[in-house]
Amino acid sequence: MDWINAIIQGILLGGLYALFAAGLSLIFGVMRLVNIAHGDLIVLAAFLGLTITTALGVSPLIALLLVVPVMAAIGYVLQRGILNQTLGEDILPPLLVTFGLSVIIQNGLLEIYSADPQKMSAGALETASIALPGDLNIGVLPLMMFVVAVAVIAGLQWIFYHSSLGRAFRAVSDKQDIAQLMGLNKAHVFGLAMALSLAVVGIAGVFLGIRTSFDPSIGPGRLIFGFEAVIIGGLGNIWGTLIGGIILGVSQNIGAQINPGWQLLAGHIAFLFVLAVRPRGLFPRID
Amino acid sequence: MTTTSYSISRSSKASRIAAVAGIAVLALLIAAPWWAGRADMRLLSEMFLYLSLACLWNLLAGYAGLVSVGQQAFVGFGGYMLFALAIFAGISPLVAIPMAGVLGALIAVPVALLIFRLRGAYFAIGTWVIAEVFRLSFAQISALGGGSGTSLPVAIIRDMASSRAMREATTYWLALGMAVLVLAVIYALLRSRRGLALTAIRDSELASQSFGIDIWRNKFFVYVITAGLTAMTGALIFLQKLRISPDAAFSVNDWTAFVIFIVVIGGIGTLEGPIIGVIVFFLLRETLSDLGTTYLLILGVVAIAVMLKAPNGLWGTLKDRTGLELFPLSRRVMKNKQ
Repeated sequence: MDWINAIIQGILLGGLYALFAAGLSLIFGVMRLVNIAHGDLIVLAAFLGLTITTALGVSPLIALLLVVPVMAAIGYVLQRGILNQTLGEDILPPLLVTFGLSVIIQNGLLEIYSADPQKMSAGALETASIALPGDLNIGVLPLMMFVVAVAVIAGLQWIFYHSSLGRAFRAVSDKQDIAQLMGLNKAHVFGLAMALSLAVVGIAGVFLGIRTSFDPSIGPGRLIFGFEAVIIGGLGNIWGTLIGGIILGVSQNIGAQINPGWQLLAGHIAFLFVLAVRPRGLFPRID
Repeated sequence: MTTTSYSISRSSKASRIAAVAGIAVLALLIAAPWWAGRADMRLLSEMFLYLSLACLWNLLAGYAGLVSVGQQAFVGFGGYMLFALAIFAGISPLVAIPMAGVLGALIAVPVALLIFRLRGAYFAIGTWVIAEVFRLSFAQISALGGGSGTSLPVAIIRDMASSRAMREATTYWLALGMAVLVLAVIYALLRSRRGLALTAIRDSELASQSFGIDIWRNKFFVYVITAGLTAMTGALIFLQKLRISPDAAFSVNDWTAFVIFIVVIGGIGTLEGPIIGVIVFFLLRETLSDLGTTYLLILGVVAIAVMLKAPNGLWGTLKDRTGLELFPLSRRVMKNKQ
């Protein structure tokens, strides 16, 4: 029964990983940018949530109403102010600039909030659980996060394939110059893509902060989880990130069940295994 | 009728002067145990080891187009191999260092086979995952202290040299020798046939492929050589520290972030860049390190500013303006005087 429990909890954890991955996958799909600071931005969102909950005395879930638009605004400004200048044939500038950004965010957070682990409290919701037959319990909060993750991914999928914004995303992704000729301002479209990516990061950050304790140094670890979920699921496939996240979450929980020290290692090994047998991921959409 | 004849030469006046100056500086540095204090020698050793890491990262990213943010995998691996060989087999560090290098190159073969499936930026994060796997795996080895790490046994350190001063001089010379070895290997590699292929790949993968250059094989070769030399450098780093732990050995900040900043600030894709970068980095560090995290913030801002405003770094910008080259790598046509 422990095993079934580990798998169920792993699936729910996978929802959070899918949220880490979705933003990463989106901007890679639109502008082939891999944002090394992605994990640190998740942690930034968590700290933003913490500041809002303590300042206004509201629940972290209410704080989302502020965190998400603020993160989206940061994304738009970041893209238009800095990242657009780095895009081009050469992959080095975006990589190194976001790497520098990661160091800046980490140390900036360290300066403001110190290295102490923090946590956000969601009140009674945190301990509420639903009893299932066979002595299994599912936490209401993890379940809710999973449902939100599925909804966010469905929303992104809808935006990408059924809205005019998504059409703009796909157009600049296919051929930037032609899209520009058709009247799209690619700098603006990229800005919107990053804004959307960081809006998702905002949700992911607050959820992370409710679920576990966090400190300024954990960003790179979250980036790696998100990245692994993207690769396992298949590049460019938004639903794939959900499957990737679930595979990662389940592997980690099974690893932890065998030996607590193997939790993270098991996730990485699952990723390397997929890389070895299906280098383009399980359900790839783009090369 | 006068005929003008042309010849092709790699050396220039600047490179000849640089060679003489370089030999003089090297002689001065070799003699450091006689003129420098203990603290200075430690600082210099650290600079040499960072120089060697920076040159190696530059070879990977600047010449072979393999942007890795996971070189700490090999730094830590080399360090751990030194400790393992010394503790379990009683092998002297002087022998264990090259062995760590060979083992580092060997482990790089399966690693490369796996992560070469990823391209560009995804390759970069893939290397990071490998480093994490190494860190978590070494944390599981209880004979090497598990998560909290272990120290090099005193007996092994004593065996290295007769006195403390002699031991310190030895580790200093080893660090200097490592930097010289790395520079020499990269210089020789870049002047060879394979170096020409690498430079061609750097400039255009498509064009070089159409000339029959096997891109995969060249990149694989560079990755494995770099891993071996990085592991040797890692062994030396932890020989100086005398203590190793998974978090210190596989630190992305210490062994990759700083190294990238050094190369970016100095000038990526040039041999001179990392040398300039190391000097600038250590000047900044020695003057600003009291600021703690603010220092890292400044470093991040400087790196982003350089990347956006002068992507070729300090040396690259100078080279573009003056054509100056201290290491004679590129060929030029010279008009011979009659």
